[in-house]
Amino acid sequence: MSSSFRLRCSPEDDCSSLLSRLGSDSPRPRMKYGGMFCSVEGAFENKTLNFESFSPQTQRRRAARTRSDSHDGGDAVRGAGQTVVSITSNHPASFLSACFQGDRLIVKGGKIVNDDQSFYADVYIEDGTIKQMGENLIIPSGVRTVDAYGQLVIPGGIDANTNLQAPQKGLNPTDDFYQGTRAAVSGGTTTIMDHVLVEPGMSLLSAFDQWRDTAEQRACCDFSLHLDITRWHDGLYEELETLVKDKGVNSFLFFMAYKDKYQSSDSQLYEAFWVLRDLGAIAQVHAENGDIIDEEQKKLLCLGITGPEGHVLSHPEEVETEAVYRAVTIAKQANCPLYVTKVMSKSAADVIAKARKKGMVVYGEPITAGLATDGSHYWSKDWATAAAFVMSPPLNPDPSTPQYLTALLACGDLQVTSSAQASFSTAQKAVGKDDFTLIPEGTNGIEERMSVVWDRAVCTGKMDENEFVAVTSTNAAKLFNMYPRKGRIAVGSDADIVVWNPKETRTVSAKTHNLTVEVNILEGLEFRGVASVVISGGRVVLEDGKLNVTEGSGRFIPRKAFPDAVYKRIRARSKMAEARGVPRGNYDGPVHDVISMTKSVPPTPTSRGPPCPKTLTGSRNLHQSGFTLAGSQVDDHIPRRSTQRIVAPPGGRSNITSLS
Amino acid sequence: MSDCRRQWNREDELPVYLAGPISTGPNQRKSFGMFSSVEGAFESKTIDFDNYAVGRKGSRTPRSGSRERLLDTGEPVGKTPSEGREGSPSGDETGSERLLIKGGRVVNDDQSLYADVYIEDGLIKYLQSMIIPLSFPHPYANGRMVIPGGIDVDTCFMKPFLGTQPVDDFLQGTKAALAGGTTMIIDHVSPQPGDSLLEAFERWQEAADKKACCDYSLHVDIPQWNESVKDELELLVQEKGINSFQVYMAYKDLYQMSDSELYEAFSFLKQLGAVVLVHAENGDLIAQEQRKILGMGITGPEGHPLSRPEELEAEAVFRAITLGNRVNCPIYITKVMSKSAADTITQARRKGCLVFGEAITASLATDGSHYWSKNWAKAAAYVTSPPLSPDPTTPDHLHTLLACGDLQVVGSAHCTYSTSQKAIGKDDFTLIPEGTNGVEERMGFVWDKAVAMGKMDENQFVAVTSTNAAKIFNLYPRKGRIAVGSDADIVIWDPDSVKTISAKLQQSAGEYNIFEGLECRGGPALVLSQGQVVYEEGKLQVQQGTGRFIPRKHFPDLAYQRVKFRNQVKGKQGVIRGMYDGPVYDVVPTPKYITPSPSAKTSPTSHQPPPIRNLHQSNFSLSGAQIDDNMPRRSGHRIVAPPGGRSNITSLG
Repeated sequence: MSSSFRLRCSPEDDCSSLLSRLGSDSPRPRMKYGGMFCSVEGAFENKTLNFESFSPQTQRRRAARTRSDSHDGGDAVRGAGQTVVSITSNHPASFLSACFQGDRLIVKGGKIVNDDQSFYADVYIEDGTIKQMGENLIIPSGVRTVDAYGQLVIPGGIDANTNLQAPQKGLNPTDDFYQGTRAAVSGGTTTIMDHVLVEPGMSLLSAFDQWRDTAEQRACCDFSLHLDITRWHDGLYEELETLVKDKGVNSFLFFMAYKDKYQSSDSQLYEAFWVLRDLGAIAQVHAENGDIIDEEQKKLLCLGITGPEGHVLSHPEEVETEAVYRAVTIAKQANCPLYVTKVMSKSAADVIAKARKKGMVVYGEPITAGLATDGSHYWSKDWATAAAFVMSPPLNPDPSTPQYLTALLACGDLQVTSSAQASFSTAQKAVGKDDFTLIPEGTNGIEERMSVVWDRAVCTGKMDENEFVAVTSTNAAKLFNMYPRKGRIAVGSDADIVVWNPKETRTVSAKTHNLTVEVNILEGLEFRGVASVVISGGRVVLEDGKLNVTEGSGRFIPRKAFPDAVYKRIRARSKMAEARGVPRGNYDGPVHDVISMTKSVPPTPTSRGPPCPKTLTGSRNLHQSGFTLAGSQVDDHIPRRSTQRIVAPPGGRSNITSLS
Repeated sequence: MSDCRRQWNREDELPVYLAGPISTGPNQRKSFGMFSSVEGAFESKTIDFDNYAVGRKGSRTPRSGSRERLLDTGEPVGKTPSEGREGSPSGDETGSERLLIKGGRVVNDDQSLYADVYIEDGLIKYLQSMIIPLSFPHPYANGRMVIPGGIDVDTCFMKPFLGTQPVDDFLQGTKAALAGGTTMIIDHVSPQPGDSLLEAFERWQEAADKKACCDYSLHVDIPQWNESVKDELELLVQEKGINSFQVYMAYKDLYQMSDSELYEAFSFLKQLGAVVLVHAENGDLIAQEQRKILGMGITGPEGHPLSRPEELEAEAVFRAITLGNRVNCPIYITKVMSKSAADTITQARRKGCLVFGEAITASLATDGSHYWSKNWAKAAAYVTSPPLSPDPTTPDHLHTLLACGDLQVVGSAHCTYSTSQKAIGKDDFTLIPEGTNGVEERMGFVWDKAVAMGKMDENQFVAVTSTNAAKIFNLYPRKGRIAVGSDADIVIWDPDSVKTISAKLQQSAGEYNIFEGLECRGGPALVLSQGQVVYEEGKLQVQQGTGRFIPRKHFPDLAYQRVKFRNQVKGKQGVIRGMYDGPVYDVVPTPKYITPSPSAKTSPTSHQPPPIRNLHQSNFSLSGAQIDDNMPRRSGHRIVAPPGGRSNITSLG
């Protein structure tokens, strides 16, 4: 950081100390280099924008560079006296700004809050990107002014986990890309990352294309996509490669739950993680032990518990914790970055925190519901209320969980907040009215996410405004490689900006929210902190409480592989972690002769009756067969002898000779 | 109980020259051991000494003398204890049946006291100070410690590997055990997948009855989980006196069980009242790592620890505990080899989980740096799984946890293969038979590294080498305690003897000792097994086949008292609600992408499934249940958008 910038900043802050009382009451500008990602050498340096270039003297250089980057044939006049205005106004419409052309905005008087510092500046937006920042900007006339005095100007939120189209048990969520992103925008979220649920047996690419098409038609804000891989096999490699290299997807979710449906085994996870590491993608896991859940569900249904409380009873906290632990172990072995979606319990969060302390590259994501409420509602007498909370992992019945998760979020042990939005109407939830395992899982939260974090973390003093920006936007952008296009207010970034009013409060209610679902799990809760103006892609989409969105205005944001924040460490470790053998002379001593006498591992289970009277009954688990098409046998590694007399065949000698 | 307390107090006032520094003052050490947190656990298990007072014998009777034993070898010994009843324990038996250990300090897990021990017919008859010696021999303990004989809960004297047997069978193995002060072993019955557990158990029992020189009991390993195993397990528990079964989380495609199977197995064994032993390593990942490491060209024994890193052990321990906690079943982790696994157990115990951990001789005395030895034979000798941790501070850490009670038991995992047997895997480390020695050195190293270093006191030493194991596996107070009525498995322990471990001097038949050259303070001066002197001054006098099978009852108090209460408390209740009478969404089976078997249709992107399809993924089951059973059927519906897109077959017609 240049010293000149610091000098510029401090007088600014002093003169407007009246306004700075909101979050940081120190008179000096906050210069925090210690974001959680700075442990990677140099990560911070590269990614922090060079503010020197924003000072009037040096601005030309930067402007020239952007221009020559975007289109080479621009006018070559770069005179010393040329103003920024002339450059920007002469600027031809770029390829994606057709619909935003001429939409020029200036956000005036607000306090810009990025994840590393806050300062006062005006922001000038043109063509959907931020063109200028600073005081006393020279701007063309007729520019619309957004007044942000006394408010915070923050990068638009990024919701890293939504399910706006993923069907569950044949039911489509009530809030699709249009309704969902509309609600997102109204809550201050300007980018969502939706999960593409690829049903087993379906092609990844076609599912991706289908999702992208739908979203492009319907979404009102920018979006990106994660892929959920429900059945891993080696043949997916090519599709993955295409997705990562050509389609701009760098994150893939695996399920450790949903037995016999989506669940991946440890071996599959290991192989998949290995592949993802090579491709430079991030592995996400839905961490719950599906085997145990399955057994517990059976047990509870036998006990006659069919209501929604059965859901939380069959998904106990430790099941989540165990799976997180296992996922972390597998990721460590495969040296792959891991992102745990939906951290819902204290102990699961602790496992992540501990793993991070041991240096593992693992990230955790608490969600709106987990931060704002707890699982006591599962025991509600009202079936519809109880069912509305059903999601997995379930909300924890321990009422101190939200505070705990918030604290971990504040200290950087958890990094990203998302909503896990997947809303189903009460009628849809009622499919499981006689069997809790059939209740479609998912809660709302896309709209309330930012307010919940502000109210629970910033207002309580756990977090400052910069960390607020980090957990709601910047960290997600860094992890998923959208930074600095998203997640930061800086020249050249997308104009996804929220004017945040920390003083206003709002009460959540299903009547007033922008979703179509008729139940809101946060009903009646009051949250401080509201987005007063939301600018998405350079257009004001929310102002004075009025939403003004256009269906289909959202763009797909492709994401490159090998995000720096994640992969710098992974790369270094791959170099270090190579195991080496010990060079030895050949062993020349005696070798025991292996008589494969007691080899009693039949390739397929024998149907011989065991000595005990009962034969195999009920549901045999045929998943256990050792059969593969590869032709490899379980005893391939045992050297063969040409012939051998079987002295004691498996199962005892037969007495068939006595018959003759 | 109060009676016996008074009696002890009286004893304490007895002649000063016998009373040592410990029992002099009124502040006699009365530690109730770490297990006393369970209300009443201590009370019920301490022997009612009045029962054993003169003229009133307990219901249990001793096996009779050694002369019969030679004849007895054919029949399964120990099954019919009432036989010995007619041979009344009078003085007309041979002298060897009666012994008096004079002047020793009797060390139990809860206290130490100076007392003489009078032994008759393989049982402890009197435990008092100043017994007047009669004409029978009496080894003079001379102020040395008299401790209950060690119990080694983890040996494999018959575990076959690719058809080869360990070089130490029950004879060699128990000889080594006795020479190290261990008077009872619990061996693992390891049937192969598909074998009958009962048959395997009988095979093991037969072999052990013929050969064992000390008392033994058996764990049964469950190689795979299915319905037929259940009946056998029930039989083993109810009639054969087995209360502990091992399950594997490692050895993929061989012994490994999935989480669902483990859950079922745990639930079933809990009902039977058995203790579940868990071999905790993540087999899936090990298989992957092995493939990777072989692919890298590493074939030597160093590949073994490389493919089984510590994290995989810790992960599996964590998973086992989670499963155990869900089922509410006591879990016993065999072979805790790494710090992180031990810490996982510690933390689980802090949270109240019912889990026990067993450290083994090898992990307590040496570390895994030897896997990188240039000498193949040496490196291969250390191969065991979970492997020894390469971290040299591991033994210290494990000793500390043993001393504070976070780990409870010391086993040996003795399973020795000769170098030529190990050499089966000379070109592929995954074929090296797994196992190290340790049954002989077990007690010595715990003394040397823990007691002599001041980490542990002598009572805790007795607890971890003998008493805790006896309690967990329901042998207590017959074993694991010096008390009137207990078996006369007694060791006079010499804390000052120093010996250097070497393969030349050992009893075990293995030609390599992984502790070669280590010095060890502390060792047995005299070992009594069933009242017979079997080891004295370095000389072993044993008779093959004298060992008896010790049956163990189910529902050991230590493990199951808490389970019982938790069962009562943990009952789950639903919420009573009125019927939901709102609208219910009509489930339209929208395009279901779940095809029962992967279709061969070319997807739009024309990526065929790979040649090696993973057939484990099939949804097929014999139960007839389908994946969409849970969806109500509609009679018929028009498929608007069939999976894979609409076909244009109509344009052909």
